[in-house]
Parts: sequence; structure tokens; C-alpha cells
Amino acid sequence: MSIPELVCPAGNLPSLKTAVDNGADWVYMGLKDETNARNFAGLNFDAAGAREGLRYAHAAGAKMLLAINTFPQGHAAPRWQRAIDGAADLGIDAVILADAGLMRYAAERHPQLRLHLSVQTSATNYEAINFYHERFGISRAVLPRVLSLAQVADVVKNTPVPIEVFGFGSLCVMVEGRCALSSYVTGESPNTRGVCSPAKAVRWEKHGDTLDARLNGILIDRFAAGENAGYPTLCKGRFEVEDETYYAIEEPSSLNAMELLPELAQIGIAAIKIEGRQRSPAYVAAVTRIWRAAIDAYAQNPARFSVQADWGNGLARVAEGQQHTLGAYHRKWK
Amino acid sequence: MKLSLGPVLYYWTREALLEFYAKVAGSGVDIVYLGEVVCSRRHNLRLDDWLDLARDLGASGKQVVLSSQALIESESDLKALRRIAANGEFTVEANEMGAVRLLAGRVPFVAGPHLNIYNNETLAWFAELGATRFVLPLELSRDVLRELQSARPAGVETEVFAYGRMPLAFSARCFTARHHDLPKDDCQFRCLDDPDGLALQTRDKAAFLTLNGLQTQSALVYDLSDAIAELRDLKVDVLRLSPQSRDTIAIIESFHERCAGRPGASLEGLRVAPPCNGYWYGVPGMEYRVPA
Repeated sequence: MSIPELVCPAGNLPSLKTAVDNGADWVYMGLKDETNARNFAGLNFDAAGAREGLRYAHAAGAKMLLAINTFPQGHAAPRWQRAIDGAADLGIDAVILADAGLMRYAAERHPQLRLHLSVQTSATNYEAINFYHERFGISRAVLPRVLSLAQVADVVKNTPVPIEVFGFGSLCVMVEGRCALSSYVTGESPNTRGVCSPAKAVRWEKHGDTLDARLNGILIDRFAAGENAGYPTLCKGRFEVEDETYYAIEEPSSLNAMELLPELAQIGIAAIKIEGRQRSPAYVAAVTRIWRAAIDAYAQNPARFSVQADWGNGLARVAEGQQHTLGAYHRKWK
Repeated sequence: MKLSLGPVLYYWTREALLEFYAKVAGSGVDIVYLGEVVCSRRHNLRLDDWLDLARDLGASGKQVVLSSQALIESESDLKALRRIAANGEFTVEANEMGAVRLLAGRVPFVAGPHLNIYNNETLAWFAELGATRFVLPLELSRDVLRELQSARPAGVETEVFAYGRMPLAFSARCFTARHHDLPKDDCQFRCLDDPDGLALQTRDKAAFLTLNGLQTQSALVYDLSDAIAELRDLKVDVLRLSPQSRDTIAIIESFHERCAGRPGASLEGLRVAPPCNGYWYGVPGMEYRVPA
């Protein structure tokens, strides 16, 4: 049994500091451009912010990760390569990469730079993970949110690469790195621009008592008076299939795997990742504090671990859509 | 330019598949991709059946490639993948990196559309691993293709998905089973009812997506039949046509004519849904631009 490390999101310096203060082992961040998969206006770090963040994290004994996890197109790789050079120069503890060409560049140019395999790489099995390990010496792999617990255990058993899994946050129902739904509708996707269902494509239209949420003209959901109108992420709307109207792809719920913490530790998971670089410092503070408490409680007394009511309530308050799921870890979700 | 027929993405009956490929044998495609790429539960044809079919198609002059599954989750998926990779007879299309590990440095392979080859450096790496053809990711435009082609490694062919509903996403969840309120493990193979997938529309009745088990496709049909001259100028080697339950042979013949510089039959009545071509022009994929 190992005690998983806690990996927390930082969309800006206040979030980074609060993640560190609340007990994150690692914080991950991105630059203010399309080299990362949360390329949102007002979010992310410039070089000075990254330097300050790194200083703050290291002073507290935490480590910092830079996500460079989109796919440069055509001749564009040099811009992403400069981001890798910058991370190495700055002394970032590891970079999270998705594109194979960039991994090769990093492994050749910066052999001392630690590489983590991004969830956007879509590596769902140990053959794939071991291949990246053989070729580029990756130090950790983040699993897509599609595997059941038994499948996660099988991966861990068959790879020398430490495995990180998502524990909490917004849930992708599709295999990450393999979803072009957003570019089909808006022209921009996680792979190409680091965004999904971008805000600039969203239109809210009020018709009498109903509120329509559209994404580049496509009706993602229609809310009756009094219904909680969530952000129109395109896979989480209500659609019609054979005259039935329902959440045909996924409900607007978020992942919470806290009750699986003992199983994840026993499987030998190296780290648990919290999603949400686009969320507020308050979210980062609450989720980091509660997960730190849970992991510490488990480490102290594995046999007696149970999810405390105030942890559950605290997480429920910040969850997207106010609804929790175990996602694919639980076979029935599939 | 050569024409290829992509793998059948839907679940058809054994009879329908055999009848379909008997017709394909006499059609104008040069390359045929065979195998199940979407769901490991689909079994109307087993690997040995696919291999028999591959030999028959090979005997009719087709170059056959075995396509592997795009999402590999379990040990049994890996076992099936290893059998395909070690078939020793036919080239394999890798659709995820596990397959690449089994093929790299051993045999030449096709790097499929789901491997995320978005830039020149990554393409060069795949060429070194032994890829002799790569399929452009669906969401990339002609402008990106031009850049990739300008520095394409020697010995690598370029294939572009040119016709069909686009496979846009994969999930561990089966959306067809979900629609029928069935668990995935006891799905009763309801996707057999939908030989062109299950239509998903918006609440204001716009055709939006197509549910195909674990795969989500566009509702609209990607159609680059008007861009053939441009594709040729860009030195694309292969155009991929994706099978549908009816009129696939007529669509092949129309593309065949167009590739030969003749007008070719209109695809208007042959498509299962209206066309789109936005990705080619670097705009939202669902859009359709009438060629100038």
C-alpha cells in the first residue's frame, strides 16, 4: 500500500498559493496561451507569475507541474518547444505533455526534465504507457477517466510507470484527447486550442419562461422556469433520441472518487488529481483541504477510513451540477 | 489518388457484412480496411472471419489492412490486439499507442486517424517507428495538411477521410445501451438495430450527432468530393470513404470517376444525411461551404 500524493489545480497565483497552503503535494498550472488545455481568458500564468508560484511552492515543500498538453499543428511546434525550454530553465519539477513530438523534444533536449504523460494522450492501457516509458522515459502517467477500478489495477500491475488518476472535478465522458465534438460545433477543441465548448460560442436566449443555451447556434439545453441552468458543455445537454428527451450522453455531474480512496491506495496509485484550473481559489482551497484531510486520515488509520459527512458536504457545495458520480470507476456507469 | 474503404463503424449482421464485402470486391476501391474498431463486444465476424475475408479481397486485387480497436481498456482487448498485430499476413492500422508498441520496429503499419498526428515532428517520429501511411486527424484543415505535406518524411503516404459520418469521440460508456436503459455488459447488441447509427437531435429538431455504441459521430456526412482537385494538388495519396448501410458502392464509383477527372454521379441522393465540410476549411466541422 502507498499513500497517494495530492495534485491540485492552479489557474492563477492565488489558487496556487491556497493549494499549497491547504496541503497539495503538487500543483499544476499552464501558460497564458494555447499550449495548455485550459486556455481560458483571464486564466493561467506568465513567466513572472510562474517564477513566483514556483518559489512559493518550493518554499512550502510542494512541487510544481506545467501542463503543455495540447497538440501543435503543422509547423507550430517551436512555440510549444519554447514553453518546454522555459519550464526547464525555470526549474519546474515536471511538465505534463500530450504530443509525442514534444515528448521526444523534451527527452532529447532536457534529459533532466521530468515528464508526465497527460490524460490528453489517451493512454488507456499498459502497452501504450510502457511504450512512452521506453521511448521517452516518462515518470508518471495520468489515466483517462474511462477505466473501471479493476482495469486501473491491471494497468498499475503491468507498468513500471507510477499512475495518477482523477479523484474529483468536472467529468469528461469521452476519452480525453480523442474528442472532437467541440471543434465540430465551434471550430475549437481541447486538442487544437485547449478549450471545450468555449464561452465565446455560448448564447443564452430567453423565450417567455424558458431559457435556451446555445453553442454556436446548436441548442444544447432548454431550461424551464426554476430549473438550474448550467453551463452548456456540449456533451452534458438534453437531446432527443427516438422521441425521448434526456441527457443522452452525460448528466451535468462531476466526479467524486473519495469513497474509493482505500481501493486506490491498495491498488498502488501514486497520485490523485483534482480537476479545475478554471475554478476559483475558493474551490481550490475547499477541495484541497478536504482531500488532504481524507488522505491523511487514511494514512493514519487505513482500516478505519470512512468519508466524513462534513467532507462530503464541503465537496458537494463546490461540485459542478451539484451531483456526484463515481464515473467509470464504477462499472455500472458505463 | 487511390481510394480506400474505411472499416465498417457500425454493427451489421454477419450476412450484411459478407454481402457488403462481396460487392466491395468488384468495386473501384484500391484499399480496404477491415475489422472492428469500435466495440470489443461485437462479434458477428471473428478475427479468423476477417482474415478469410481479407484473403478473398486480396485475391480480387484489393490491398487489405486490418484496423485495430480505437479504445483498448482490458486484458482481453489487449489479447485481441496482439493477435491482430501478429497476424503475419496483412498490414495493420494502429488506432491507439498500445498497437503502435506491438508494431513499431517489427512491421510497417498504418497510423490511423485517432493517433493524433497533428504536426511535422510527430509525423516524423511515426515514420521512424515504421508507419508507411498516416491518416490525417479529422479536425485538421487543408492549411495544416499543406504544412504536414511540405515536410512529409520519405516513404509515408497521406490518407484523408473524405466521405462519411465522422467518428468524433470515443467513450467507455455505450450510448446505445444507455438509450435503451441497458447495462453495457448486457447490451443485447441493440446497435444491430441501427445500421447507420442512432440519430441524436437537438430539442429544436436539428440533426446533431449519431450514437454508435461507444462512438459518437457527426449527424452530417463529411464530404470532400468537391475538393478532389485540391487534395490532388496537396499530393494526398489516398481518400478514405466510410461505409454506410446503403449506396456505398455508388458513392465509391462517383469518387472513382471524380478522381479520374470525370464528373461522377451526384452524391445528393446517396448520402444518408446532408453534407458538411467545415474542418477542411478550418471552421466548425458541422458547417458546409459550397465550393467557389
